[in-house]
Amino acid sequence: MSPRIPPERFRALFDPRGVLVAGVSAHPGKFGFVALHNIITQGYRGPVYGTNLEGGEVLGVPMLRSPDDLPPDAIVDLVFVCTPAAANPDLLRACARRGITAAFLTSAGYGEAGERGRAAEAELVALADELGILLAGPNGQGVVSTPARLCAQIVAPYPPAGGVGIVSQSGNFVSSFQNMARASGVGVSRAVSAGNAAAVAVPDFLEYFAADPETRVALAYVEGVGEGRTFFERVRDVAAAQPVVLLKGGTTAGGQRAAASHTGALASDDRVFDGMCRQAGVTRAATVEDAFEAAATFATQPLPLGPRVAVVTTAGGWGVVTADAITRSELELLVLPDDLRAAIDERLPPRWSRNNPIDLAGGETRGTVPEVLELAARHPEVDAVVYLGIGIQSNEARLMREGQFWGDPGLERIVAYHERQDARFATAAAEVSAATGKPVLTATELAVADPANAGPRTVQATGRLCYPSSYRAVRALEHLWRRARFCESRGLV
Amino acid sequence: MGRTLAEHESLALLRERGVPVVEEAVVDTPDAAAAAARSLGTPVVVKLTGPGVAHKTERGLVRLGVRSAAEAESAATELLAAARPDDGAVRLVVAPMVRGARELIAGAHDDPQFGPCVMVGIGGVLAEAVADVAVRLAPLDERDAHEMLDDLRAAAILGPVRGEPAVDRDRLAAILVALSNLVVERPDLVSIDINPLVVVDGAPLAVDALVELRS
Repeated sequence: MSPRIPPERFRALFDPRGVLVAGVSAHPGKFGFVALHNIITQGYRGPVYGTNLEGGEVLGVPMLRSPDDLPPDAIVDLVFVCTPAAANPDLLRACARRGITAAFLTSAGYGEAGERGRAAEAELVALADELGILLAGPNGQGVVSTPARLCAQIVAPYPPAGGVGIVSQSGNFVSSFQNMARASGVGVSRAVSAGNAAAVAVPDFLEYFAADPETRVALAYVEGVGEGRTFFERVRDVAAAQPVVLLKGGTTAGGQRAAASHTGALASDDRVFDGMCRQAGVTRAATVEDAFEAAATFATQPLPLGPRVAVVTTAGGWGVVTADAITRSELELLVLPDDLRAAIDERLPPRWSRNNPIDLAGGETRGTVPEVLELAARHPEVDAVVYLGIGIQSNEARLMREGQFWGDPGLERIVAYHERQDARFATAAAEVSAATGKPVLTATELAVADPANAGPRTVQATGRLCYPSSYRAVRALEHLWRRARFCESRGLV
Repeated sequence: MGRTLAEHESLALLRERGVPVVEEAVVDTPDAAAAAARSLGTPVVVKLTGPGVAHKTERGLVRLGVRSAAEAESAATELLAAARPDDGAVRLVVAPMVRGARELIAGAHDDPQFGPCVMVGIGGVLAEAVADVAVRLAPLDERDAHEMLDDLRAAAILGPVRGEPAVDRDRLAAILVALSNLVVERPDLVSIDINPLVVVDGAPLAVDALVELRS
């Protein structure tokens, strides 16, 4: 099935050659100011224009009365609309006259605002259709596109560039996911709040993401999916092309009542929805962090070819709870092969666990962690590795840095060594994963407790996610394994 | 509102579709019930069936472990006497007692949002409390059906249990595909529930079923 909206029509929204902000305000508290501010300050490279009724200049941009006043040679593809609903039909007509082919509407007063709003929305959709304008929103928070350095949005942060495409029926989830992208360093390609989704809805954006070379994985928040059968067929086709991670709000009676008043979503049987996701090959996330981490993992790790996981740890307890998490999941805790045990025996004193989890038990010397990671990942019976214990040397170093003896050259030398070691371990995990094509996931609570620690900081620098717990690493890996199995059984690549 | 098929008609519809269904006799008199018990071999179960008969267990219209032809005759007499006018034209079902440690449920329905769906789950008296079911949209293929079985939280009970062999997953999957074909090909079908689907020596067998059609 081909996309309902041809992907090239989204170019004006996500890669515009010029942007016009309609309804600019001189007041820094208004949407019409913030939108212009964010577009300019986050580094959008194309020309930026603005219109309002007051004239003058805002943030150095001269205000025009109307799109008709754009310079004759101006090339503008996108209008970002902050004007009241009543002004929008004339605005869109003027934009169309100047060749604008995409509009993002933040304006409220449409489908969410009763009978009259719904009528205004229907008229607007018909008008945009007639004018050949791709209409996103209304009542949306904005659009982000890192390849274009476009930050046309109001409340969300600007994320690092990367492969995750975000679309949400709730604008604040775009913010949530982008906050997580900023904190974790795992970047975003496009992010868009569907708003009322009057003309362009979540499946339309998903179809675009599947065709978009900048997007490797789609991450969506939905409350309702409209006609279920059509949604299923479309999302199944998208998931055949790229991973789709879906977080659904309103899965319980209480949540469904809340969703009905938020987006007007109809209640549905969650077991049916869940089965539909499985059948479509969609990764359904249970929580917000599960959703982001699944998407981030798809974007930054290769898919495992099987379920067998080796755990490499520098401490016993961490390994034990991780073994529990793996055993409870659809993954398998690998029974350590004899040849791998023998190879590790050569590098460690006999107190190491001699089983999986591979607990080094403090017997490691300078190069042991990278060596064992490499031995494990290269073994043909290992499909994935979870690595625990990064950052503890730097954590120890931190106490020295903060103590009153800091300045002693001996302390400085050992601190530098500890931090170098953690950086080296993080780099080794990424390198061995790239070299073997197997996922290697690094987990430590330091990812949130002390993100500046050399361990998690270097994991982030390698472009990988540093998981805040081994449970969450295992959960993300399980999502990857489910998808790998789905793709394999259906001949998808 | 729809109308329901009587139990034996529901089972007949499944039998036509290749679903393994318990062998049973449908009779009208206590004498015939006794004869059926003799030919099927005791113990048997004797049930009242009819287009309006639902909630048989709650109404005491199922007599389990009937040990002789004479007992079958008296059970049949009592059941016929318990019939109500809105049960419609009632008949008696005499079926062998089917024994298996495991009971499943399977069915199909027309979901208001997603259309025809097929489900399978853990059955038995605690089925609703356990609520361990997997659903797929119809049409589904054998691969989808096998994945549904994997989705059950209690998928382990499909393995060897209490001296009984593992459930024949291929046969179970074939039943789910048959339900899918049925719900796709019969737009008048509102829902079909097989409850219980008893596992006998590893083979699933439909023992009772309820079909609801659009009127």
